Amino acid sequence: MSQPRNEVVGGRRPYRRSMTGWWRRDPFFVRYMIREATALVVAAYSIVLLAGVLSLAQGEAAWNAWLAAMRSPISIALNLLMLVGMIYHSYSWFEIMPKTMPAMFVGGKRVTAATITMFGLVAAVAAALALFAAAWVLRP
Amino acid sequence: MAEAGKTIEIEVLRYRPEQDAAPVTQSYRVPFTDDMSVLQGLQYIKDHLDGTLSFRWSCRMAICGSCGMMIDGRPKLSCKTFLREFHPGKLRIEALAHFPIERDLVAGVDDFLVKLESIKPYLIPKEPRRLDEGEYLQTPHELERYEQFSSCINCMLCYAACPQYGLDSKFTGPGVLALLHRYNADSRDGGRDERMQLVNAEEGVWSCTAVGYCSEVCPKAVDPANAVNQNKVNSAKDYFLRFLRPRGARNGASK
Repeated sequence: MSQPRNEVVGGRRPYRRSMTGWWRRDPFFVRYMIREATALVVAAYSIVLLAGVLSLAQGEAAWNAWLAAMRSPISIALNLLMLVGMIYHSYSWFEIMPKTMPAMFVGGKRVTAATITMFGLVAAVAAALALFAAAWVLRP
Repeated sequence: MAEAGKTIEIEVLRYRPEQDAAPVTQSYRVPFTDDMSVLQGLQYIKDHLDGTLSFRWSCRMAICGSCGMMIDGRPKLSCKTFLREFHPGKLRIEALAHFPIERDLVAGVDDFLVKLESIKPYLIPKEPRRLDEGEYLQTPHELERYEQFSSCINCMLCYAACPQYGLDSKFTGPGVLALLHRYNADSRDGGRDERMQLVNAEEGVWSCTAVGYCSEVCPKAVDPANAVNQNKVNSAKDYFLRFLRPRGARNGASK
């Protein structure tokens, strides 16, 4: 302990506890930290996609090089890891979503948090499936 | 009290400012029955084992908000938590996290009280009315907009659950911001513009990172994380709409 955690204040001597390692104290905080950390995974994946778009703009050779890089085993393994991170992030994001919105009323009744979370998850899955379907239909 | 013959070990983090340089753990073996709360366990210690142990309590029925403490690392009301949940293991009790320890299980809550006062936690009528003009009417729907936030009992468990408050106590914090929202969301209230300054400040809603544990530990289902996070939207609206709003019309347009 570098400095005393209890200085005399107005005749009192309150003791301040340390916050070191706070996020390991409760599984809830660990899940929160994973939610925040997986946001970086989402950012990393968008950078990979952006690199693809830029290489497409640079011409056929650059595009094929990017495609080849994507097919390497390391890249596939990394993409699978990013997928897992992305799925967890989406789930945790929709889990906290009801807390970020004003109360919603449908037909005079309040929409429950579970309904809002479920609606978000269903929308995310539907959007992903629609994207896959479009990619399948439009494939060369 | 001890007729069933069962006992449980209660570890208490003690701090006696006149003799302890730092808190120390002290262990007590307490006879208990299945209907005994953790608070009753502490009362048994104080009455029969060690009269020097200090803790706060009053109503014994989750109404007064006095007996909040960390029980096995989680913020809980000790009157609403039962010893049987921990038997045959032991349990560890500590003063509410993120607050300074005043003595034993008594947390120093001066900071919370100053913040509570700062948000004007009372109705500021939109327009003064005479008694003969009658009461301020409200529809059930208008009541529902703020009712859950009015259930707060100021027990401060949400502060002990909030790492942002623990890391920087300048943050106004979940409970006080939930109460602020309770008055702002009330159709009879006209104090919104005054309170929005506290919402918009860096120590206001923007210090919250949506951990959400405050709502998890709230014994009254107030959901302070919801109050804080919907006010991020309100604060953003307040910031951008002020460019569109004509001066002088702000009070009327703020709802």
